[in-house]
Amino acid sequence: MLTSIPVLWGVTTLVFLMMHLLPGDPAELMLAESGGSSQSITRLRQQLGLDDPLYVQYGRFLANAVRGDLGRSIFTNRPVTQIILEQLPHTVQLAAAAMTVAIIIGTALGIAAALNRNTWVDNLCVTIAVAGASMPIFWSGLLLLLLFSSLLHWLPATGQGSLRHLIMPATVLGLASSGSIARLVRSTMLEVLSQEYITTARSKGLSERLVVLRHALKNAFIPVITVMGLQFGYLLGGTVVTETVFSRQGLGRLVVDAILWKDFPLVQGAVLLAAAVYTFVNLLVDISYALVDPRIRYD
Amino acid sequence: MTMAKRRFPIPTRKTIPRREIPPLVTRRRLRRNIGALLALAFLAIVVAVSIFAPILAPYDPLAVDIEQQLQPPSGQHWAGTDLFGRDIFSRLLFGARISLLVGIVAVAIASVPGLILGLVAGYNGRWVDSLIMRIMDMMLAFPGILLALSIVALLGPGLPNAMIAVGIAGIPSYTRVVRGSVLATKRMQFVRAARAVGCRSWRIVFRHILPNIFAPVLVLATLDLAWAILNASSLSFLGLGAQPPAPEWGAMLNEGRGYLRQAPWITAAPGLAIMLTVLSINLLGDGLRDALDPRMRTHT
Repeated sequence: MLTSIPVLWGVTTLVFLMMHLLPGDPAELMLAESGGSSQSITRLRQQLGLDDPLYVQYGRFLANAVRGDLGRSIFTNRPVTQIILEQLPHTVQLAAAAMTVAIIIGTALGIAAALNRNTWVDNLCVTIAVAGASMPIFWSGLLLLLLFSSLLHWLPATGQGSLRHLIMPATVLGLASSGSIARLVRSTMLEVLSQEYITTARSKGLSERLVVLRHALKNAFIPVITVMGLQFGYLLGGTVVTETVFSRQGLGRLVVDAILWKDFPLVQGAVLLAAAVYTFVNLLVDISYALVDPRIRYD
Repeated sequence: MTMAKRRFPIPTRKTIPRREIPPLVTRRRLRRNIGALLALAFLAIVVAVSIFAPILAPYDPLAVDIEQQLQPPSGQHWAGTDLFGRDIFSRLLFGARISLLVGIVAVAIASVPGLILGLVAGYNGRWVDSLIMRIMDMMLAFPGILLALSIVALLGPGLPNAMIAVGIAGIPSYTRVVRGSVLATKRMQFVRAARAVGCRSWRIVFRHILPNIFAPVLVLATLDLAWAILNASSLSFLGLGAQPPAPEWGAMLNEGRGYLRQAPWITAAPGLAIMLTVLSINLLGDGLRDALDPRMRTHT
């Protein structure tokens, strides 16, 4: 827990510096396209506190961020925290569903490849894994939309609210991230399957299913948990594109819209929150090691 | 004592059997990997197409012809036409140029600073190492494409900015890999020997350490090229990278989104192009990894 605090502080500082150290005046940049008058620019500068020295701005930003105040959106004038918290559940729901899809597909492909090592099944599984990782999310999303929504009318094309709305986005996003899980499951399974306790389990007369699922997979899954933490970051990034393709609400869509509107406080807040969630998930992953593998203890 | 009489002759280029010379071993291993060879062949075609696009393209990729709008693939327009009647095949060929350029520039922007930072951190150690690696940890705390997105937010949408953004977002992975390799190489006897004979630090780093960490950096750069192309096209798809009417693959897909039912060919061709290019680079990267260091093998 303590190690993630410096990272979070660092991320906050990095986001602050990125937004303030770049050439150009943020207030002018924000109002450039709407053709804001010099008065409105001055007003915005005051509102954002841009006339203060940088360290004062930084101190204020940090103090407010700790209290959960990330400023107000330029366009809607609503608190950034409130806007983000409205969108966050949609994104978390999508990322969690996609992670489930990724784990199911990735584990199945990995086990199938490991059990049929150096056969056509192995080659096929590895090829599917690499192809899944190479497919742009926006393209596979559009292909599914065309097939299941436009042609077959099985699933709704856009919107959210029900499980039916979630199937396509979660599959697209999950498939993209299942590749690395599949490859890792395959290599760790191969390693575990050659261990002596697997031979013991087999010689006890256990069924192959029990040997694979209870004895091998349980041990092969430990490194996979690390990758799941990293993959969560990938999924969180992937929601940006997925939400746009399927016209879903969420944090990713919010970031893109905020960038296009030049709503800097909103971009800053959303990016900061995504990084915080990512750091938190990786912390959970670290903690879950000890639960999954009793050999690991944090003293 | 002459060379011939030595019991343990010093290995030289002439005394090492041909089958053990590292570059030849790598080449031979790579030649056995059919997937990597096919990928290399496809990439060679993509590179050739991007160089000779002006000669190969049957139409001007930007020429608007409203009478020909949304034409399905035919003998006249091999991949059909888009909303503005532009020939998709010609746009695809010119798009290869943009995608490769974006990928290569982004990899250069990521690898050069990443390499230098990794060398400095790994070789110096102490507080320099801690400082550099903590900054890299902070950059890595931004999930996936979000760091690139935030940089685009600051620099403004556009292809050059997308390249810079994707490049910067790639720096931490190089720094990590290079640092790790330097730490491992630094303890080797030949580095200690170089230090013992009084070599300067920069000479040790560039002459002795750098050539020995080349393999992991090359593998990373290859896989990073795929990542950069994918992310840059994602940015273009979101309207934050290449701007219309540039024939960038991601931007072409975005333009075709609204006509998915009426004209699916607008999105099919660029999507397939991105996938095959990225897949080929990934397969080549995996092949290179297996060939350069069998211990890193993914496909045992």
